[in-house]
Amino acid sequence: MKYLKFLILGIAFGLVLIKAEVISWYRIYEMFRFQSFHMYGVIGSAVVTGMILLALAKKLKSKDMYGNFIHVPPKDKGWKRYLFGGIFFGLGWALTGACPGPMYILIGKGFTVFIVVMISAVFGTFFYGLVKDKLPH
Amino acid sequence: MVEYLVSPWPWYVAGPLIAVIMYLMFYSGKTFGVSSTFRSMCSIGGAGRFADFFRFDWKAQNWNLVFVLGAFLGGIIAAVWLNNPNAMVLDETVVQEFKAMGISNPGVTMEPAEIFDWDQLLTLRGIIFMVFGGFLVGFGARYAGGCTSGHAITGLSSLQLPSLIAVIGFFIGGLISTYFLIPIFVSL
Repeated sequence: MKYLKFLILGIAFGLVLIKAEVISWYRIYEMFRFQSFHMYGVIGSAVVTGMILLALAKKLKSKDMYGNFIHVPPKDKGWKRYLFGGIFFGLGWALTGACPGPMYILIGKGFTVFIVVMISAVFGTFFYGLVKDKLPH
Repeated sequence: MVEYLVSPWPWYVAGPLIAVIMYLMFYSGKTFGVSSTFRSMCSIGGAGRFADFFRFDWKAQNWNLVFVLGAFLGGIIAAVWLNNPNAMVLDETVVQEFKAMGISNPGVTMEPAEIFDWDQLLTLRGIIFMVFGGFLVGFGARYAGGCTSGHAITGLSSLQLPSLIAVIGFFIGGLISTYFLIPIFVSL
């Protein structure tokens, strides 16, 4: 039962991403071609709303349902892993038209071949784990 | 109401809703990030025998697996009850580019069947877009420590410089793919 809320939030997430068409390869292509405002609007308004919600939470000292202050875990310092890893991610994001969330949603939507894309992504993650210590971070 | 749910949702509805979902994850005592579920899957599959990176308490991350199960169910619900029967409205310039690439009906479905279909899987094009592309997403997300949800939404919302660098990286990679690689790969 304690997981039910995450299931509901996941369903909402899936519905929003499908109904806004952000899981579409075409929309990702349009975005990287700067030919459509749509994706920028979605990401931009999500970030601005998120900033407001998180700033309010900090100001009002909001607590989560367990009574702890809402706080976002800080990312590790540095830049190499973010830049290099980000570039690899971006290359794949444009090719597949899907970041990780949309992969799950697309499979549900009936584009079952994305099972292959996801298995590859899991292997990519596995490969990172193998070579992690040899990469600049 | 149903008509509104069936038609595509505008960005100013979708974006804020994504932020609310992120906030509710924090309210539930967790974070918002999808790519970490791939790491959990590696661990469940026994990857801990090969690398320390996968020796972690993945059961503590079960909530995130439930979240992506929900995303998958959301996909099913949209397909069954909220399917938009109309083609996507795409920018006319890119429609011409798609047609020049040999994509015959851009926007009729959400994904071009010329690339993303089971019968493309054993072609060089299919392998590059689906297998290699997927690999890069998984590798890059873990190397960068997050994907679109973790960095672009959560990281930028909380004003974290590493996430801004990651998002710049996402764009460098995405632009290289879109301007240089896709035109070559799609003609294979």
